[in-house]
Amino acid sequence: MTEQRDVILIGAGHNGLVCANYLARAGRKVLVIEAGERPGGGAASREFAPGYTVSACAQWLYQLHPAVCRELQLERHGLKFAARDLASVLLDTGGRHLRLLGAQVEGEGISSADSDAWRSFHGRTGKYAKLLAKVFERRPPRLVESTLRDRLALAGLGLGLKMLGRDDMSDLMRIVLGNMYDLMEEHFDSPQLKALLSFDSLLGSRMGPRTPNTVFGYLYRRSGEVFGYTGAAQLQGGMGALGDALAASARSRGVEIRLGAPVAGIDMRDGRAVGVTLESGEQLGAQVVVSAADPVTTFSRLVGYRNMETGMARRVSQVRCEGNAAKLHLALDGLPRFIGLDAAALGQRLVIAPNMDYIERAFNAVKYDGYSADPAFDISIPSIHDPSLAPAGGHVLSAIVQYAPYAPAGGWEGPAAAPHETHRECFTRLLLDKLEQYAPGIREQVVACQLLTPADLERDFGMSGGHWHHGELSLDQVLMMRPFPGASQYASGLDGLYLCSAGCHPGGGVMGLAGRNAAREIIRRGAGA
Amino acid sequence: MKPQSDTTMMLRTPFHSRVAAACELNDWGTWKGYTTPRAYTDMELEYFAIRSTAGVFDLSPMNKYRISGPDAEAYLNRLVTRDISKIRAGRVGYTVWCNDAGQVMDDGTIFHLGENDYRVCAFARAIDWLHWSALGFDVTVVDESMDVAALAVQGPTSCAALLAMGLQGLEQLKPFGLAAFPFEGDTLTVSRTGFTGDLGYELWIAADKAEVLWDRLFAAGRPYLIKPFGSDALDLARIEAGFLQAGVDFVPAESAVRTGRSRSPFELGLGWLVDMDKPVFNGRRALQRELAVGSRYRFAMLDVDGNKPAGHSFILSGGKKVGTVTSAAWCPSAKSNVAFAQLEMPHGAVGEELVAEIYYQRELHWTRVLAPCRVIDAPVFNPPRRRAVPAGAF
Repeated sequence: MTEQRDVILIGAGHNGLVCANYLARAGRKVLVIEAGERPGGGAASREFAPGYTVSACAQWLYQLHPAVCRELQLERHGLKFAARDLASVLLDTGGRHLRLLGAQVEGEGISSADSDAWRSFHGRTGKYAKLLAKVFERRPPRLVESTLRDRLALAGLGLGLKMLGRDDMSDLMRIVLGNMYDLMEEHFDSPQLKALLSFDSLLGSRMGPRTPNTVFGYLYRRSGEVFGYTGAAQLQGGMGALGDALAASARSRGVEIRLGAPVAGIDMRDGRAVGVTLESGEQLGAQVVVSAADPVTTFSRLVGYRNMETGMARRVSQVRCEGNAAKLHLALDGLPRFIGLDAAALGQRLVIAPNMDYIERAFNAVKYDGYSADPAFDISIPSIHDPSLAPAGGHVLSAIVQYAPYAPAGGWEGPAAAPHETHRECFTRLLLDKLEQYAPGIREQVVACQLLTPADLERDFGMSGGHWHHGELSLDQVLMMRPFPGASQYASGLDGLYLCSAGCHPGGGVMGLAGRNAAREIIRRGAGA
Repeated sequence: MKPQSDTTMMLRTPFHSRVAAACELNDWGTWKGYTTPRAYTDMELEYFAIRSTAGVFDLSPMNKYRISGPDAEAYLNRLVTRDISKIRAGRVGYTVWCNDAGQVMDDGTIFHLGENDYRVCAFARAIDWLHWSALGFDVTVVDESMDVAALAVQGPTSCAALLAMGLQGLEQLKPFGLAAFPFEGDTLTVSRTGFTGDLGYELWIAADKAEVLWDRLFAAGRPYLIKPFGSDALDLARIEAGFLQAGVDFVPAESAVRTGRSRSPFELGLGWLVDMDKPVFNGRRALQRELAVGSRYRFAMLDVDGNKPAGHSFILSGGKKVGTVTSAAWCPSAKSNVAFAQLEMPHGAVGEELVAEIYYQRELHWTRVLAPCRVIDAPVFNPPRRRAVPAGAF
């Protein structure tokens, strides 16, 4: 046992580092322990082939809270945008693409009625997102055993709802539990517009357009606009640059960061977290342990079911955290040629999801642990804005593909239906086939190819089930029910142990609010709380 | 124990053919889906069989769960409030278990049958909770409620009757001890346990040997005036002996619908079953808090003046309602009028004088009695023969 610290924080993901920063700013002595060799967690840049680097997990920045940037002086610590306000382009094999940025939507298939409907829909849902964003910026109020602060927060939410006005309030209440499919059918004619918006609502989740909760998922994503991102943004050096900036900022405040030190478990004494034991066997003590690992990992593996009471073990075991998004990384020997896209448009966010039924069908397969031959893509070619990511003349393509099962029958390395092919090979081939339809000849340009399945993401980034959000973002798992009732205000329900990951309110995406809210709560509760 | 639903939708216990033949009153009640007699011939005669000779009760509907595997002890220690390591193999322990809120879900007995092998006997169905509790433990949980038939043989001549049936050496079995005897090619497990507060045993046998066990027991027990008894007589005996009944004296926590209606072990007078030295067990965090801030209620045994049972009475202090009665009976052997009450803190200290507001009816005429009562510190019936080793040869 070495010297006593105030806080040991497990996991140098972006929320962990944000939390560490704020704790250190408040005078706490913080040690961050990270299993990986680089800070940032899901905000990571990796060289996946010699000279080719991609954002290995999250690829777009569209929600990072401005207060986090400002208060932690991230730009001073090296954070630099390579591109901002990128439009979303829904690709069409015939070259009739749809382009959407903020309140503007263009494309051959867009009627003026659709364009007007979008402007009005955008304005209205923007108000809802603003209301949500306010709720995201503070700890979730508790309903049972609530304090005055909780009641004020609830009253504030109620007032915010009222302030929407009668029509908007009842509209929000009507749609918020629903599914995007119906909402899109209600508002728009263009299959492309409907597909793009519904795709945005379910990225990273185990949901299809017809799944309830997708409207909430859409509003969740739209909070990014409230935080100042009209479209997606891209960081110089990839998302890992955010991890580096956060780590630099933390170190400048006296935070100690130990990399390459996996935690074997959280030490409990008399029902209280008192420190951690590393896989090396080293034991470290602290007054407070904060876990930026996802809640399921934190409770089931680091604390252990045996060290908690049955009701809590049951709740942990029921957290839904199966992710169905995979990452495809391609090293290309030149700029790919997408049908009907000029070079400038290639730097935007490219989406393959022709219509809502296409997405829903792709989702069908994953329900039965399969994958569709027609998956949906969210494509980034970051080397256009940031040539440092690829050798001269070369490019990298990074794509989020949905849906991929956590494990197909027999596992990803098991045999697929096609002869002499593993599931990994088969799914990769299907993805390239699909890309080939939109960018003929791209297959010949591929120098190296990497597929990260949900199981790979789980392994590489320590996310249970490979879920981006550290647990599904659905109405039974948000606010005071995130990650589960009894562990909702960043206090884990176990003395001395706090949570600060995306598995807490408000949730995932590279936003940083879970870490910021957690730090504020820990500070509020005082030393040794 | 298959349901035979030709005449009733209720389940029948493995002893049903014998029970039905003996149930002269045809006075059937229900217990966990089983049809069981409230009384066979005469409730009071049955009660006096328990106290003066030997009574036999079919407790087959009791929920029985087998817990086995390398982590069985650790599992049970996390599950219940007591320190299980103190229940040695061949012994039985009474305990309660709580939910995370420190509220009592049930009380019951744990049989330490052998190494890493236990049986939990519970009032309430618990299979889901037992399975949830198994997360992280290397244990197997099996519901053997239907496979194991059980008879309670209670009363002064119970040991003599069982000796006559051939259970040699049974008199040496200590209270809460376990013994096994060969029986018809099977094993008859006998525990010196019961719910009557008297000398008595419980017999556990494979369901298909139930009828032959009944026949041999009653044949051997005839000289010892053995007699079956129903749930009414049992209720009287258990109140006299000071035993709580789940579902009557407290609401099992996970079935309580309204907040605040469940009770902690401390509030049920069962704090002696809680071992706060264990680092983790269900309810510990909440119970620690309760110890710090105080309990809401206190369980009290009351000695009520007069002979009118104080069932469902309000308990008053200085004219103000401070609690209610959950169980009450005029106890014939102890010759005292006993009531179990839930009192609001700080009421219920031993010796406190209170008033029971009793309503009773005679020929449609209702009378209200304000009966003085006081909190007593021990059950009114607790004879030395209950504990004697060797068991008395009455």
